Amino acid sequence: MKWGVLQFPGSCDERDALNACQIAGGGVNESRLVWHEETDLSGLEGIVVPGGFSYGDYLRAGAIARFSPAMTAVAEFAAAGGPVLGICNGFQVLCESGLLPGALLTNERTRFICRQGELVVGEADSPFLAGLEAGQRISIPFKHQSGRFFAPPDLLEEIEAKNQVAFRYAPGQNPNGSLNDIAGVTNEAGNVLGLMPHPEHAVEAFGGSTDGLALFRGPAPAAGAAA
Amino acid sequence: MIQARVLIRPKEGILDAQGKAVEGALPALGFEGIEHVRVGRIVELQAASADRLEELCEKLLANPLIEDFEIETVSE
Repeated sequence: MKWGVLQFPGSCDERDALNACQIAGGGVNESRLVWHEETDLSGLEGIVVPGGFSYGDYLRAGAIARFSPAMTAVAEFAAAGGPVLGICNGFQVLCESGLLPGALLTNERTRFICRQGELVVGEADSPFLAGLEAGQRISIPFKHQSGRFFAPPDLLEEIEAKNQVAFRYAPGQNPNGSLNDIAGVTNEAGNVLGLMPHPEHAVEAFGGSTDGLALFRGPAPAAGAAA
Repeated sequence: MIQARVLIRPKEGILDAQGKAVEGALPALGFEGIEHVRVGRIVELQAASADRLEELCEKLLANPLIEDFEIETVSE
C-alpha cells in the first residue's frame, strides 16, 4: 500500500512512520514522505500525519501546521474517503483542522510522558481497526506532553454516542487526564483516525511489541479508492 | 494601522495545567494567599483594519473549544 507520510518543519517521527508503512507492506518500499508544501497526493492510498513538533508547536500544538498546503490536500483526500492516520502531533493537527473532534491540552501534571503503556480498542468502525477487535488490548509507547483529550460535554456525548472512540487508555493507565480515558478518536465516517500514543514505535520485535503494525495493515484491503 | 492586543485564556472549567504548576510553586517561594492562577497569552499585532480580527482569532490565535479571547484595540 502506498502511504504518504507528511513532513512538517519540526516533525520528528516521520521516518519511523515510513518504516512502519514499509514493514506493514511486507518490506515493499512504495511509500514516501510528503513535504508540507506539496499539494499533489495522487497515487497515494493512505496518509500518515506523524508526531513531532510541527512549526515548533508555536501558539498551540498543531495550530499552524493546519494551514500548510499539504493539509489542504489531506482534507480533500479525507473528504474523498481516503484513510488518514494522525499520530501524536498528527492527532493534534487533525483536531485543529477540524478533521477530528475535540482538542488536546497540556497533560494534567504538565510533564512529558515517555513510557510503554496499554490501550483498549474502542467500538469505532474504522479501516485502521480492521485487524483489531473492540476490547482487545495493545501495548504501544505513550510519548507526549500535550495529550489530554478534551471535548465540551455535548461534543463528548456525541463522540461516545456515535462510537467514535478508537482507543482508550487501559484502566488505571490514563497518563494525562484525558476525558473518558480517550486516547484516540475517529471522524464520523471512520476513515480519519487520530491517537496520542505511537503505533509506529511498536512495529519491530526489538522494541518489545509489534502491536502497532495492526493500524498500518488495517486499511490495506480497502485502499485505492481515494485521490 | 490599528494596534490591537488579543488576550487569550483557557475557558472557565477547563483544568489549566500551567496555572496549576505556577500556583504549586508559589508557597516554596514564600508567596502566600495567592490562588486560582490561570495562564493565558497575549498576542500584539498591527492590522490595516479590524474587520477580520475576530475571524483571525477564531481560526488561528485561539481554539474556541478550549479558549476564550478578547480583542482590545490599543490605538488607531
